[in-house]
Amino acid sequence: MIRRQTLPDRSGHFGPFGGKFVPETVMAALTELEREYAAARRDPTFRRALRSLLRDYAGRPTPLYFAKRLSHRLGVNIYLKREDLLHTGAHKINNTLGQGLLAVRMGKQRLIAETGAGQHGVATATVAALFGLTCEVFMGEEDMQRQALNVVRMRLLGATVTPVTGGTKTLKDATSEAIRNWVTTVRTSHYCIGSVVGPHPYPMLVRDFQSVIGQEARRQILQKTGRLPDLLLACVGGGSNAIGLFHPFRHDRRVEMIGVEAGGSSLTPGHHAATLMKGRPGVLHGANSLLLQDRFGQVLPTESISAGLDYPGVGPEHAYYQLVKRARYVAVSDRRALQGAQLLARTEGILPALEPAHAIGYLAQAAWRLRRGAPIIVGLSGRGDKDVQTLARHLHAADPRHV
Amino acid sequence: MQQIRATFDRLRHQRRKALIPFVMGGDPSLASTPSMLLALQDAGADLIEVGIPFSDPLADGPIIQAASARALAAGATPARVLAAVAAARPRLTVPVVALSYWNPVAQFEGQPGLEALRAFVRGARRSGLSGVIVPDLPVEESFAFRRIAGREQVAMILLAAPTSPAARLRMIARASSGFVYYVSVTGTTGIRRALPPHLVDGVRQLKLLTTQPVCVGFGISTPAQAAMIARVADGVIVGSAVIRAMAQGTTTSRKISNAAQCVARLRKAL
Ligand SMILES: Cc1ncc(COP(=O)(O)O)c(C=O)c1O
Repeated sequence: MIRRQTLPDRSGHFGPFGGKFVPETVMAALTELEREYAAARRDPTFRRALRSLLRDYAGRPTPLYFAKRLSHRLGVNIYLKREDLLHTGAHKINNTLGQGLLAVRMGKQRLIAETGAGQHGVATATVAALFGLTCEVFMGEEDMQRQALNVVRMRLLGATVTPVTGGTKTLKDATSEAIRNWVTTVRTSHYCIGSVVGPHPYPMLVRDFQSVIGQEARRQILQKTGRLPDLLLACVGGGSNAIGLFHPFRHDRRVEMIGVEAGGSSLTPGHHAATLMKGRPGVLHGANSLLLQDRFGQVLPTESISAGLDYPGVGPEHAYYQLVKRARYVAVSDRRALQGAQLLARTEGILPALEPAHAIGYLAQAAWRLRRGAPIIVGLSGRGDKDVQTLARHLHAADPRHV
Repeated sequence: MQQIRATFDRLRHQRRKALIPFVMGGDPSLASTPSMLLALQDAGADLIEVGIPFSDPLADGPIIQAASARALAAGATPARVLAAVAAARPRLTVPVVALSYWNPVAQFEGQPGLEALRAFVRGARRSGLSGVIVPDLPVEESFAFRRIAGREQVAMILLAAPTSPAARLRMIARASSGFVYYVSVTGTTGIRRALPPHLVDGVRQLKLLTTQPVCVGFGISTPAQAAMIARVADGVIVGSAVIRAMAQGTTTSRKISNAAQCVARLRKAL
């Protein structure tokens, strides 16, 4: 069980996970970020600025919506935490507003970001425009194709989108390239990481900025039902929306937490992105966590229908939650995620992004174990506009009469 | 470790500076690596850095990234690179150090945690390696590895950067063994037309903080740049330029002679 102390420890470790494994060139920047963040979180002016941006610009608090028809269908009471209703369409804006304010505080003029689905890229480009900073977003070539809509959005917002052609041409290589750029421009640029991954203090900082999800959800469910939920369910790529939902409930021992990873086409090596289920401890992109890797420590390629989950690593706090059995992690295949997207669209009139569609896809399996009417909160991390083409293609392939 | 110390002592006596080429183990092939190391020695290398390839080399620019990818495609693994060094060892008189990212080392031979480190360091020593460099392992995270390496008399060479404040430089210089690796640019490895104007000051500052040899790498490619740095540093590390020269060769023997010629040109300037 998780002890009541605050995690991570001073050196950025969550038990055996976390830490800082980066080239020396950026170590000073990490120290500066730690120092600035520690000062900012105590500074009422910073907190007020962030609170008001989250409310008036991003659209917080987001509703906790009781999905009646879906609940009826599955026999449990399903509440959706509607991060899909936020400005730019996903939870990513919670984090980029926080980091954007920090960057301004540190006097940086430029933001660097990596993006998979493009949602973090769009959110970073958005706050760059808002604060008058320049912005460069690294994106794998394959992801630029499958998330073309978000590439257009980033460019309209004034960001430079740099295609990454190395390796797997997806999020892993975009992240490596963003880090290389940061190593080169560290004096003037802030690296705005999009998930609870990377070297300390990023996993802590992004978790803190995303915890607003769980704080609101906790308050809202108590208001609506007078009790805590039996289960929290959220998709896990790097793990930021999931940790944002989970973290404020971590001391509520009766609340079960399940993170849903991308099962891809099958759970054989190279065909999924289920890091917590299939990974081993290892270091990638600055932190010791779980990692999909071969026997020699080389990082394995991943596969997922959702670009935002297509990543061989995971945030160190999740690796720790799994180790101490505070959370459980499962995988949902591409096919079931597509069914999840369709199910939510048809029963509730909500088209989810393919990432949280994985969590929806797991609902039926989660429900049969629970008693009838048990309250469940599902993190609906983003909306599906960006995925309409992918959905159309796959559903059409499955049934030509379909779309 | 002693071999590195002896090399720098000898060079100091001779008032010469160390020339340290970097090549990737297993590029173009594992079979060619022993002859590559020997050719670099004959061309005038004082110490050789041999890379152990990693799928995600964060500190490297395009030339070394490509070398990593080629070596992985050629079947290079940490143990095989160590074996290639061991094959050349009987005829090598210069010290060889391995450069690897943390993850392949920490997974050595599929073992968990500290066992992997112990096995790697022991394997390195048995193969006749004198030291290791791990660019994504900062001094804070290096404690366990340093202790293990120290016990086996394998040097753990740490990197210092132009962005490291004085307090960190001091900590790095104290913890590093063999020599201190000063990164000349804020950036990744690669070929740069001009080196930063503050480089000489940076190296001087580090030299004031330590009695260990200070070698400079990243971005150095021409004989003129090497000569300029050799005025303040104890050694010059050249990677991308050697690898680019190598990669332009069409056959394995041309690749090796290209790399050796590049080293010979640099040697003349030092
Ligand atoms: C809507 C949505 N949900 C989830 C994710 C996965 O990221 P994380 O696990 O950090 O929440 C992404 C990433 O792009 C996303 O766009």
